[in-house]
Amino acid sequence: MTTWYGYRRPDGSVGSRNYVGIIPAVTCANDVANAICREVQGTVTFLHHQGCCQLPPDLDRVTETLISLGKSPNLGAVLIVSLGCEGTDHARMYEELKATGKPVEIIHIQELGGVSKAVREGTDIARRLVMQISGQLREPADISEVIMSIKCGGSDTTSGMASNCVIGYVADKLVDLGATVIFGETTEFIGGEHLLARRAVNEDVAKDIYRIVDEMETRAKSIGCDMRRGQPTPGNIAGGLSSIEEKSLGAIVKSGTRPIQGVLDYPEHVTTQKGLWIKDTPGREPEILTGMAATGAQFMCFSTGRGAPQGFPCMPVIKICGNPNTFENMKDDMDLNAGLILTGDKTIEEVGEEAFAKLLRVLNGEMTKNEAIQYFTSLDIFCLGPVI
Amino acid sequence: MEELKIALKVNDLDNVATIFANDVTDGTVVEMRDKKGNREQITVKGDVPYGHKIAVADIHIGEQITKYGEEIGIATKEIVKGEYVHVHNLDSMRGRGDWETEKEAETV
Repeated sequence: MTTWYGYRRPDGSVGSRNYVGIIPAVTCANDVANAICREVQGTVTFLHHQGCCQLPPDLDRVTETLISLGKSPNLGAVLIVSLGCEGTDHARMYEELKATGKPVEIIHIQELGGVSKAVREGTDIARRLVMQISGQLREPADISEVIMSIKCGGSDTTSGMASNCVIGYVADKLVDLGATVIFGETTEFIGGEHLLARRAVNEDVAKDIYRIVDEMETRAKSIGCDMRRGQPTPGNIAGGLSSIEEKSLGAIVKSGTRPIQGVLDYPEHVTTQKGLWIKDTPGREPEILTGMAATGAQFMCFSTGRGAPQGFPCMPVIKICGNPNTFENMKDDMDLNAGLILTGDKTIEEVGEEAFAKLLRVLNGEMTKNEAIQYFTSLDIFCLGPVI
Repeated sequence: MEELKIALKVNDLDNVATIFANDVTDGTVVEMRDKKGNREQITVKGDVPYGHKIAVADIHIGEQITKYGEEIGIATKEIVKGEYVHVHNLDSMRGRGDWETEKEAETV
């Protein structure tokens, strides 16, 4: 049995961090949330740009994503910062988060008489919440209680052969140990969706995989763009990619080889799901990282070649770099050097085991480079419709 | 000692490996490694840029080319072990192309 140590929450989930989350119910509450976060140690905030002047399905999506984010086991308590007139359902956020058993408070800027009063009130509440949860001890947890999210960004020729293969190794290992692994980036599936569908546990899941790819392409077509045309690009071909399948597989390989259990919607939060799952997300960092933190992932493994430094406020992000030159050049931002596979110094399995050891340490509290430098404020919620 | 020139094969089913070395030209001997670190010397046929592929077995015309344990295309020519594999001798197997191709497929 592989044990790690985390913060056990009333709903049964286990966190790798113990923050108070300051959640703006709408973008108009960002400055208040940010001011509170700056004042109180042990808090994190989520400065997104949604929650008003959107169509009802998107408003539901934002409400649900923020609820899922609040449920993250890495948050021990939550303070919702509402403006008062926003389009999201702040009352539902409060009720659903309260139902998880964790301490939840809410303030309304308009009701409190403006920004400075809200900052004052919110700071007092956040301070109380931090005091309330900061003494919680880590308890033993089984590896099967882990939820790992994965992503690649700032990719180059090395990503598909080194860092993504390392994450694939780790993904298989975690799935075999009974844990949950979530991957996304639906845009990357184009050209390889048939290969993913083949790994689906049943016909319905296979159809879901085709469906999310089709929906994403349809949205692109609605503004006149064909995402398949000219793939792989001349730049890809010059870099060595011979077909759209090869390009797609280079990204998909980070999901490992195990069966795909199902497809999660962007706002969904993992409850009892085990094994390998897809979450329907775009590839861009601000949106996918939010979506992955909302699943309840305690951390993320992030593969890069050119050196993408982004992280997320409540979810430690382990950077695994496939390019040995980038690793040397950006040592302060990259956690693991998978480039040693390409220089012949290490094997995929060796770096895979290093990554596994690293993720256990991160689950137990060791900071990632990204956390230490707090490079994680740029985030957003992925919406589908127009802004009004 | 001459610099080690690595060709990486990531899945046991693969019949291609990717070169991670510069100055690999016709006749260069590269060392193929698999994910466990097993190695084999292969003589390269053709000039192969960094990040491009070579065959690690003979591949006959019409046979599947496999990388990551999955098919990435079909051989459009006879390919011998060590030979450069790219768009000149590999064709995508995807029926679904861009809009134009799709429309044609729909009308058939």
